[in-house]
Amino acid sequence: MRHSKSFYIKNYLNYAIILVVLIVFTVLSLTGSAKLSTLLLLEKIAISVILSVSLCMVVGFLGELSLGHAGFMCAGAFLGGKASALLEPVLGNGILTLVISMLVGGFIAALFGVIIGLPALRLRGDYLAIVTLAFGEIIRSLVMNAPTSWFGGTLGLPTPKFNSKYLFIVAFLMVLACLAVTQNLIRSKHGRAIASIRDNEIAARASGVDVTKYKLFVFTVSAFFAGIAGVLYSYTQTRVQSVNFDYNYSIEILVMVVLGGLGSINGSIIAAVLITFLDVELQTLLPGDLAVLQDLFYALILIVIVIYKNAPGLKSFRERYNLRKLLIGRFAAAADAQSSTDSVSGKEEE
Amino acid sequence: MADLKKNPFVAEDGREIVLKADHLCIQFGGLKAVDDVNLSIRRGELYGLIGPNGAGKTTVFNLLTGVYKPTSGRFFLCGKDLTGKAPAEINRCGIARTFQNIRLFGNLTVAENVMVGLGNQIPCSLFESMFRLPRHFKAEAEYRKKAMELLEVFHLAEYADHLAQNLPYGKQRKLEIARAMATNPTLLLLDEPAAGMNPNETQELMDVISFIRQRFGITILLIEHDMRLVSGICEQLTVLNFGTELAKGDTASVLNDPNVIKAYIGE
Repeated sequence: MRHSKSFYIKNYLNYAIILVVLIVFTVLSLTGSAKLSTLLLLEKIAISVILSVSLCMVVGFLGELSLGHAGFMCAGAFLGGKASALLEPVLGNGILTLVISMLVGGFIAALFGVIIGLPALRLRGDYLAIVTLAFGEIIRSLVMNAPTSWFGGTLGLPTPKFNSKYLFIVAFLMVLACLAVTQNLIRSKHGRAIASIRDNEIAARASGVDVTKYKLFVFTVSAFFAGIAGVLYSYTQTRVQSVNFDYNYSIEILVMVVLGGLGSINGSIIAAVLITFLDVELQTLLPGDLAVLQDLFYALILIVIVIYKNAPGLKSFRERYNLRKLLIGRFAAAADAQSSTDSVSGKEEE
Repeated sequence: MADLKKNPFVAEDGREIVLKADHLCIQFGGLKAVDDVNLSIRRGELYGLIGPNGAGKTTVFNLLTGVYKPTSGRFFLCGKDLTGKAPAEINRCGIARTFQNIRLFGNLTVAENVMVGLGNQIPCSLFESMFRLPRHFKAEAEYRKKAMELLEVFHLAEYADHLAQNLPYGKQRKLEIARAMATNPTLLLLDEPAAGMNPNETQELMDVISFIRQRFGITILLIEHDMRLVSGICEQLTVLNFGTELAKGDTASVLNDPNVIKAYIGE
């Protein structure tokens, strides 16, 4: 099967952009011209992107409302963080410790994903949202109330720090991995089966789709990546505290997915980048007493985006200045013009 | 004496019985929605299930596709007991259906709807898809090809890349049949396929139904209110009223049965 160039651009442009950003900042970081705060921002953005892309799989493609994503992240952060704290004296504070603890955090979060996936087979919509919300809170309070020697109680678990010059590289590689897995899964026969469950579960069952298998699988994969994001988060902090993983954080991730447009991976990425950027910038822009305004500005910006996305009066404006069309259209037009002069271009097929 | 040895899945005229339902009953609380319904449908037959509103026709379909479990009674497809199995499993055993209120995968394209129906006919594991191993690409190309072949049959090929929800009503009905046919069934259940269609669309639908019977040699059980369609294409009928069988037999005699006329028109 041959594809035209525009097909590749449409499907792989996001990898290219992330790679370019990664390379540029790696060079800047190596030459020492990148500020530490910029690198920290990049780490935060990468974590948000992993979280929103993995939640997008559940909310956007499987069509189930999950409010427990921060809970999975919490499980990853504490158990992965504990693993790295235990491994540090043995293996040193290197890449090996980081990778192993990411795997530990990811798999433990995935295990929790299976556990939460089980009720998901019986519950739908609002009821599932309530159960996942409660589940996330349960994980958090379990960690908080565990003996202090396990997870540090309310003070938090002290975790090793990776060289902050390079942590964002690992984070970005995980973004690419998460993106590749999600995107490959969605654009396959399994992805079609998952989307069919979202569109009409009864018809999906009647068409022979194994709903149980796919629901459990999506919850598990999504939790796995949330766990990895959790471990990365634990590395950006000197102490991981369970307060940070309350349901507000789950909702913030959900906001990223919804703002990005349900069922759009690239949308989730863009929304995650923008919201995290805003969050961090507002924190630094508003010093002292003005800090109270942060939430207000944040809310205002969200309201503006939602109105912009949905207001009927702005429809023609939106269509004319559609970011995706402008971006992909321009690349694709240029590439197709070139390829058609080269040879007879391949028919675009999926 | 010969009767004692008779295979229950062969009809008197020697044809194989594809679907056999024995004394199907389902009770919701105190209400007996379906009470002692027996069906035996021979291979290649077009069998009609009719009855006034609320007679329990769709409930029979839901029993036969595993949406509900019968309170008592059993049903067999080609001699295999499917009672109590899950919907997806029954589908894989060979019963496909359409719905009274269309249930398409609206945000998927027309081709993708059919590809979901094709299910696991072309093997490719989750792992192979996630890591884009060679078999994924082969399977995808194959799926697309098969789906397009089927869409050609239903004259939907030109809409292959449209979203299913954007199709006109009559074409959505056709797509639903195409998706059901994609699962490669032995028995196709059509729940009011002509509901809401104009006379032209109904005519077109009748043509499609007789065409797929010829082409795929499929057995069809159909619920319908449109008497023109019923008398035009059904060979055998069962009439339900208040969940029980009112009459059964070949179409002409059933439609002339005074009890049937009374149930539909009243006294």
